[in-house]
Amino acid sequence: MEKAIKKYFPVFVLPTLLAFTIGFIVPFAYGIFLSFCKFTTVTDWEWLGIRNYTRIFFVNGKLDTTFIHSLWYTALFTIVSMLIINVVSFAIAMLLTKGIRGTNLFRTVFFMPNLIGGIVLSYIWLMIFNSILSGFSKTIISTQWTAFWGLIVVVCWQQIGYMMIIYIAGIQNIPGELIEAAMIDGASAKQRLQYVIIPTLMPTISTCTFLTLTNGFKLFDQNLALTGGNPGKMSQLLALNIYDTMYGTTGWQGVGQAKAVIFFILVAVIALLQNKLTTSKEVQG
Amino acid sequence: MAKQSEQVNSARRAKHGWILTLAFAILSIAWIAPILIVFLNSFKRKAYIFKYPFSISTKSIFDGMDTWKAGIDKAMCGLLNYTNALKKTDFFSCFGVSLFITVGSVVAIILCCSMCAWYITRVHNKLTKTIYTLCLFSMIVPFQMVMFTLSKFANILHLATPWGIIVVYLGFGAGLAVFMFSGFIKSISLEIEEASMIDGCSPLQTFFRVVFPILKPTTVTIAILEAMWVWNDYLLPSLVLNVNKYRTIPIAVQYLKQSHGQLDWGAMMAVLVMAIVPIIVFYLACQKYIIEGVIAGAVKG
Repeated sequence: MEKAIKKYFPVFVLPTLLAFTIGFIVPFAYGIFLSFCKFTTVTDWEWLGIRNYTRIFFVNGKLDTTFIHSLWYTALFTIVSMLIINVVSFAIAMLLTKGIRGTNLFRTVFFMPNLIGGIVLSYIWLMIFNSILSGFSKTIISTQWTAFWGLIVVVCWQQIGYMMIIYIAGIQNIPGELIEAAMIDGASAKQRLQYVIIPTLMPTISTCTFLTLTNGFKLFDQNLALTGGNPGKMSQLLALNIYDTMYGTTGWQGVGQAKAVIFFILVAVIALLQNKLTTSKEVQG
Repeated sequence: MAKQSEQVNSARRAKHGWILTLAFAILSIAWIAPILIVFLNSFKRKAYIFKYPFSISTKSIFDGMDTWKAGIDKAMCGLLNYTNALKKTDFFSCFGVSLFITVGSVVAIILCCSMCAWYITRVHNKLTKTIYTLCLFSMIVPFQMVMFTLSKFANILHLATPWGIIVVYLGFGAGLAVFMFSGFIKSISLEIEEASMIDGCSPLQTFFRVVFPILKPTTVTIAILEAMWVWNDYLLPSLVLNVNKYRTIPIAVQYLKQSHGQLDWGAMMAVLVMAIVPIIVFYLACQKYIIEGVIAGAVKG
């Protein structure tokens, strides 16, 4: 059978492979190459070596902290949003699997914001934040911290429903006997949660942790629409910082591309670490 | 199993169930309040949106019924924001562009990637292995890494149109789709396909008559995940498309802010409502598939 199929390579694989080459392979490889060049478009490159990488941190011999600032700002944002989203969505999921009336309706409502895209979502909240904050003569971009918590609220509203759905599916898959047995053995609600539910849910928990981690790290649309990186680049997450470097100032495309390479390496490391952690925990669980 | 545990739980919790129901009812209303507020403000004069964001009148109801009613007339402006918004954004054509790109990309991804996934799972050689590995790899690459080069290449290849961007979406979305399809194809037993080949089907017939129908659950999952991504995507189309000619809804929303000096919040509210309503209608119509798709996607991804 394999032989018969083999001849059909042009029909089955070629369209995807061509698009994949245009849409991913070439841009990716060329992107790495360009991070070592000075360029304004893809044809006028000039080799620079690692100067783009040093210019991320040093401009004219002086330390430039914008990128480092956005790095830790992003790290903090990612951790805080991951914790809040996972704790709240897990709690809601636990309560919504107790068989109360209206469960389906509540589930529908909580999930709804997830389908609204980041740009639209952010303008909804921008209006609400600014009308509330105007009472205190502030705006969402008064300080980097108002911007920070604004972004947290937006991503929580967007992602809690999504993670809740995944947690509900996970909780419903826990065998009923397991919890019954624990109850017969006299385990309290807290003990059941700690020794039965959470260990069995470990695969789900790591899926959700991973999703929220990468979502937080790669966040762009909400950042652009809600704060635009203001006040003065202080609320720029990494993705927006790269975008701003690349398109905001002429002559800095190379530095932007170099930042993108670093960003890619960070995301890849998180993905690999998470993958390793997940596999080792799942064996235990 | 799930049912049993539900029974156990509901028997235990029935006593206090109504308290939870009430709490969740209140929480649910709070949860969709932002959408309701936008809906309300889309009919309000823009001068009053930030002054009285949560009220339908400029006067409090405690001032007496008559002034309250007069306050409503003062605050509300009917469909004015909507006519303004349509003038400023050309919303219907943006809706058309968004719909075309989303449907086109999803169809292309489903068709091409399922075929590709079947081929690379059934034919074992170095090339197919490499393709699979590259697909896996592409899933962890953030878009910022390729955004500059991708948009320039798309420009050179004349892909800056709604037709062309489908190729870009196929290319950038292929990783996830091929990965998920091949995961499912590996679980299909070979005998069914062998039988159809022995009965004289060509590989193409085998794929479309036998394999593709079996793939349906995964197809639905991928279609939903990719549709949610493409419909809401902002950065890729804003860089690839010729935005003076073609705008998707997210681009229209973002450009409403950028290009008219002082942002017209009245028009913005109206655009937001017009952007949200189709999504909610679609969600309520296909809720079951969307939620199942999300669960399946999370488990496999």
